[in-house]
Amino acid sequence: MTETRCKDQVILDLWHPLAALSEVPAGVVVGTILLEERLSLACDGTGKVAVWRSRRDLPVDGPVDISAVAGTLPVKLAYGYVWTSLGNPPADIFPIPEYAEADRRKLNAATFGVNVSAPRAIENFLDMGHFPYVHTDILGAEPHTEVKEYDVEISVDRDEILATRCRFFQPMASTTSDGGADVDYIYRVPHPYCSVLYKSSPMDETRLDVIAVFLQPVDQEHVRAHMLLCVLDEDNEDKVIKRFQQTIFGQDKPILENQFPKRLPLDPRAETPIRADKSAIAYRRWLSQKGVTYGVIPAAT
Amino acid sequence: MLDLAKSRWHPIAAAHDLPLRHVFHGQLLGREFAVWRADDGYVNIWENRCLHRGVRLSIGINDGRELKCQYHGWRYSNRTAGCTYIPAHPADAPARTITNRTFAAVERYGLVWSAEEPQGEVPEVSGFAEGKLLALRAIPVNAPADVVAAQLTGYRFQPSGNIDGSAAKVAVEASNAFSVALRSSEGDASTLAVLFVQPVDSNRSVIRGVLDSEVEGAARLAVLRHHNELLSRLRVAVEAEAAREPAPAPLEPIIERVSPELAEMPEETTHGRKATIRVQVTRKWSAADGIAGFELRPLKGLLPTFQPGAHIDVHLPNGLIRQYSITNGPGESDSYVIGVKLERDSKGGSTCLHETVREGDVLAISEPRNNFPLRRDAIQTLFIAGGIGITPLLAMAQALNNQSLGHELHYFAQNQAQLAFPEKTKTLGASLKPHLGLSPDQTGAKLREILSGYGPDKHVYLCGPGPMLEAARAIAAEMGWPETAVHFEYFKNTNVIDDSTSFEVALARSCMTLTVPAGKTILEVMRDAGIDMPSSCEQGACGTCLATVIEGEPDHQDVYLNDAERKSGTKIMTCVSRAKSARLVLDL
Ligand code: FES
Ligand SMILES: [Fe+2]
Repeated sequence: MTETRCKDQVILDLWHPLAALSEVPAGVVVGTILLEERLSLACDGTGKVAVWRSRRDLPVDGPVDISAVAGTLPVKLAYGYVWTSLGNPPADIFPIPEYAEADRRKLNAATFGVNVSAPRAIENFLDMGHFPYVHTDILGAEPHTEVKEYDVEISVDRDEILATRCRFFQPMASTTSDGGADVDYIYRVPHPYCSVLYKSSPMDETRLDVIAVFLQPVDQEHVRAHMLLCVLDEDNEDKVIKRFQQTIFGQDKPILENQFPKRLPLDPRAETPIRADKSAIAYRRWLSQKGVTYGVIPAAT
Repeated sequence: MLDLAKSRWHPIAAAHDLPLRHVFHGQLLGREFAVWRADDGYVNIWENRCLHRGVRLSIGINDGRELKCQYHGWRYSNRTAGCTYIPAHPADAPARTITNRTFAAVERYGLVWSAEEPQGEVPEVSGFAEGKLLALRAIPVNAPADVVAAQLTGYRFQPSGNIDGSAAKVAVEASNAFSVALRSSEGDASTLAVLFVQPVDSNRSVIRGVLDSEVEGAARLAVLRHHNELLSRLRVAVEAEAAREPAPAPLEPIIERVSPELAEMPEETTHGRKATIRVQVTRKWSAADGIAGFELRPLKGLLPTFQPGAHIDVHLPNGLIRQYSITNGPGESDSYVIGVKLERDSKGGSTCLHETVREGDVLAISEPRNNFPLRRDAIQTLFIAGGIGITPLLAMAQALNNQSLGHELHYFAQNQAQLAFPEKTKTLGASLKPHLGLSPDQTGAKLREILSGYGPDKHVYLCGPGPMLEAARAIAAEMGWPETAVHFEYFKNTNVIDDSTSFEVALARSCMTLTVPAGKTILEVMRDAGIDMPSSCEQGACGTCLATVIEGEPDHQDVYLNDAERKSGTKIMTCVSRAKSARLVLDL
């Protein structure tokens, strides 16, 4: 077994995203970092992908025939991304059934580097209270600042966190009316570093748009955030849909990079939660129970 | 050396680093500070970390009175660093104890000084006359403070009066690990320079120099440039030398944990009628016809953080306890200002304050309690005050005004001379709407006019004499205002209390069953049984002694709960209300 810099077996055994498949050029080595290890990946243009620990003889940006690469790491293609693992990964990646619905637009909205730990970024993704302050006039607007009561559960059989009945006031909530209204959200955290959000679709009241964030832990305090969109939208160009998400993400980035400490403290007395933070409290407990130590400051025992 | 450094005062900023409404990012011994000056001049030095989710407060917003965090908009008060508002839960008053860590701050020699655990005073420099000094530009150096200080003893410069000369003699007058005093003389010219070394971290320092005399005009620029050049050169030399040694590990300042209560976000936990704070009446004046204003300053330390709508219990020299709302605007945290109306049928409370209590007297007061919290998520907020009912609403209106949130303050009084605190109401501008000399009928008509046009996200706050509140509540209901949008506070409970019943009270969490006989209140019986229960007015008006009912039917006799809350049967004011059923189960 190769010695890894990350010693957290829970994290090592997970599938981690590396890149959007659509952005990997065929036959060329792409370099990236996962859990402080230099990795390389490449695809052959027919949907085959290989991931391996970077080697001198296969330099980044150089040509490669992936069928000839030996000693590769496990690979999975899911939701438009290349995933790998440095440990013993489970057979499957968590399900997002909506991804299979034919009438949805699926895109990688962006891959952004952020100078923060993965768990801090997940908490930000779960958090509605910051909408009026950080995403002013887009996802929220003062004075509509209330986070109404919602429900959180840790689903035991699926081993994931589920927050339901979440509502938050959004100005210009739909394209069909110009007033603001409460928008419904459902949040899932099916993986310590991934979260999936369902949100009322402005196009079809009966269905939900899906937005997911998959965090690639570069090290304990840096991530690459991959943002998947799986939405109902027949009108807008890709770049319009992407630009919207990129704006949102660009607003979160400076806040995330100014959180101290960068790793998520699991000691309940490190910070001051309020009822609005129920999902974050559940998330911190869940990480503690799993024994995650990477990207967090474990509670003293 | 570093233990020593902790107990000493160090400069962390120049006074001119704190211009109006700015937040400065300061550092000392590895710890980060958010440093900001409030509009009243007070310099705040805080841990650079919001207690909520750890976001740096140095990227927050200084509104002149409060510092607002960028992430979720929590507001922290000038001076106390106590949290005054949590926007995600606009209907709740934040637990008073959410208070950020503050550090000592002193302004001296054109610098701002702080210390982790200060002992003694800011160093005294003989020959430094306050206000006549020149602070040099700060020079950061990547080297430990003592290395920098040692090198500074060899610093050579010209006196300000002979800046172009080249033959100055420089003598070391004093030096230690964190400062060096040098005198440079040439001919008649002589300048004392004190170079303080701020230990930013184990391997980072800032040289903050101060000269003993001001220099004006072009000469000033020349002097600043002279030192800038020389110190920058010294910096290069010191850094080169320091780079030869292995860099010491960065310091890891200890971030205090929040209290276990805060980690759980509990209910408020103040108990009984305790007057824990001693204040002095530093000013007493006529705030209006028949209304005395009192300014109360703490005998020692800081007053606790208050929120708009909060009141204090004032323990009077004659043994009575009375409640008064705090009228202060946000961030006005050096004193509490209350207004006291002389009541015609005073039972001794207002007379005592008007006639006996004087400037200089010491009074005991309770911590502020907020049972009349202000939401700040309304599109439009109406305040309707009758007479002395202005006091809590005045604090609220100033808070909304400070945040530029839409509001109107309707102030009913007999005549102009009865409008209290004109210096405060004046700051509200056009949102203040006085209504003078109206008869009861005219008042009703005016209320109708004010309360017409209810819409979602509108809220109204009422405070005034009982009959006016009754009228306003009835009109609001008639005009379609839901109860959840109508907030009120009575001065007193004028209901005739019927305490003739007797019943049983079971305390679910304490596993105790008590009998409340006729003539005694639930609160008294619980206190007799050793249960510590908070209270304030003890007449069912202020909301402090509220308990949750799990089972049984309450007999409400208070004026605090609204009709929906009464009907729900889940809340009870234990100081006056009783039971209709034979047994009540309370969540206590
Ligand atoms: S982190 Fe400061 S308000 Fe939430
Ligand atoms: Fe966000």
